Amino acid sequence: MKIELLPVVRCEQVAATVYALHMRSFYFASTIQPGQFINIKVQSGFYPLLRRPFSVAQTQDDVITILFDIVGEGTRILSLKKPGDMVDVLGPLGRPFTLPQSDTVPLLVAGGLGMAPMPILTKWLKANGFKNTETFLGARSKDYLVDYQLENVHYATDDGSQGYHGTVVSLLDQWFTDNRGTEVTVYACGPNPMLRGLQNLLQGRSLKGQVSLECVMACGIGICQGCPVESVNSTKRYRLVCNDGPVFDIHSVVIQ
Amino acid sequence: MTKVQTDFKLGSMHCRNRVWVASGTFGYGDECLDLVDVNKIGAIVTKSLSLKPRDGNPPPRVVETPSGMINSIGLANIGVDRFLEEKAPFLQSLDTSVVVNIAAGSVEEYREVLERIESTDCCDAYEINVSCPNVKEGGLSFGTNVRMTAEITRELRPLTGKPLIVKLTPNITSVSEFARAVQDEGADAVSLINTLVGMSVDVRTRRPKISTTTGGLSGPAIRPVALAKVYETIRSVSIPVIGIGGITSANDALEFLITGAEAVEIGTANYLNPNVAVEIAEGITTFCQENDIRNVSEIIGTLQTDQTISVVKSWM
Ligand SMILES: Cc1cc2nc3c(=O)[nH]c(=O)nc-3n(C[C@H](O)[C@H](O)[C@H](O)COP(=O)(O)OP(=O)(O)OC[C@H]3O[C@@H](n4cnc5c(N)ncnc54)[C@H](O)[C@@H]3O)c2cc1C
Ligand SMILES: Cc1cc2nc3c(=O)[nH]c(=O)nc-3n(C[C@H](O)[C@H](O)[C@H](O)COP(=O)(O)O)c2cc1C
Ligand code: FES
Repeated sequence: MKIELLPVVRCEQVAATVYALHMRSFYFASTIQPGQFINIKVQSGFYPLLRRPFSVAQTQDDVITILFDIVGEGTRILSLKKPGDMVDVLGPLGRPFTLPQSDTVPLLVAGGLGMAPMPILTKWLKANGFKNTETFLGARSKDYLVDYQLENVHYATDDGSQGYHGTVVSLLDQWFTDNRGTEVTVYACGPNPMLRGLQNLLQGRSLKGQVSLECVMACGIGICQGCPVESVNSTKRYRLVCNDGPVFDIHSVVIQ
Repeated sequence: MTKVQTDFKLGSMHCRNRVWVASGTFGYGDECLDLVDVNKIGAIVTKSLSLKPRDGNPPPRVVETPSGMINSIGLANIGVDRFLEEKAPFLQSLDTSVVVNIAAGSVEEYREVLERIESTDCCDAYEINVSCPNVKEGGLSFGTNVRMTAEITRELRPLTGKPLIVKLTPNITSVSEFARAVQDEGADAVSLINTLVGMSVDVRTRRPKISTTTGGLSGPAIRPVALAKVYETIRSVSIPVIGIGGITSANDALEFLITGAEAVEIGTANYLNPNVAVEIAEGITTFCQENDIRNVSEIIGTLQTDQTISVVKSWM
């Protein structure tokens, strides 16, 4: 874990509302594991004050990439970064995804910008011999589907403007029905309502899954106790998203 | 270059410097060793410990506000027994002073936690967090009641020869009254301020942004309030005052030392950079060198004021 000032390689718009920020760092590019995140101080001074957490979406040689949309001041400032600007980054943070059981098909399930950790996960799975991953990508509409360095993508949109007309969870349900008997490992990230739906679906079919959660954080490194998620079957009522996660066994957490 | 003496003695505790890390903002000291040279911190104040482990409040527990943040952690902590088993040996192995912060829901609980810690000799001082709900008095904070604050001090004082620091809340009318009361009961020092009560609402959902509606405001936003409270306290007690609130740089820390604080604690700024206390301590040393000051103590309480104006005319 380190704090480094990373030079911006470039910041580009990759979808209607989504930006990809590429930053150079040999250390981060060589240590980040899929599912881990970094905590960014978007500019010096007191506004915004706290660091902002982002999943690392991809690494390529000595460059790391994050994907984000503008939801507030921090992400707005990030979207204005120019090549050569320096960005204050703390990481790598959190527990990464773990490899699937052999002989299973990895299913990557994402809603909206929940796809952020999927490109690096796809690459890593391939490097570890899992060639036939399937990706399920859902969004409100076509404009919000962020198809960035994903493979074998099945689309779902709430308004039917692209791919399956409905939620990504019902699309996945249909896939399960069509592919009975296939052993799978599920990886998921997205908005909580989607993740709750997925949790129920997997529960019903007695399937396991790994989920990457998001929540508001103050430190990202386990020293503030600000990021609890309720746990099931645990002696501890809460676990910390930043340290115990952000990747959890999907059946071990109460998704609010 | 002038050699600057930075050390600080409080009773039996000897600190390398006057820059500590505040309770709840540095975990138990073992979470971010990659990022911090812990042996260069003046003292580590632990997360508040209670007798039993506490789960804390439901999420969301934190929200950013202008130049600050509001938290409602609910004193989530591992409890004194697990602390002694899992955390104390590491803290003891450090070449840094350790201050155990205690939070409790009753006077008996304060006693019991302190006695358990005391029996192991794993720390150099105690800081008593009185900003906790008093179970017996309907959840009202001990720290907003001068009688209760004095009683806790009176009960704990005979139990230890180590420095007893009482951490005061700013959510009262006159902090100096509380400082005097704990001084009279034998406290070795007071530290202030704990967080200010604050609130933030999500206009879209019309819901409070933290689960408990109101929480504790910290960060640079509270620094001027903290400094004024420290100033008020320094003029009314003779025991050392430790300044806390919104400190992010050596300059901020110097404001408190000049006003008369004997040491400072760094809170929220640790979340941005866990090594900030070390950097602040180094910055203070640099300031001394530049100004030909040989001992940081020479800065303390050197505030230049026009007493007549500040007392008689006031600002209102
Ligand atoms: C482990 C982790 C990984 C993340 N990865 C990504 C990512 O890859 N891409 C991406 O775009 N976003 C990601 N997020 C969310 C991202 O951190 C927030 O969108 C960002 O902090 C918002 O900052 P802001 O200053 O622009 O908005 P703010 O003004 O701070 O907030 C705007 C809105 O976003 C909400 N928000 C604030 N912080 C968070 C947060 N940490 N998580 C969820 N919602 C939040 C607020 O409640 C508010 O409604 C991640 C969060 C976590 C915890
Ligand atoms: C998330 C968080 C948790 C805290 N937990 C404690 C605690 O357990 N005990 C305590 O005495 N003070 C606690 N504090 C208060 C700080 O120690 C400090 O008094 C306060 O934050 C003001 O300093 P700052 O502005 O530098 O953060 C906490 C503060 C924050 C932000
Ligand atoms: S964000 Fe501080 S403990 Fe997780």
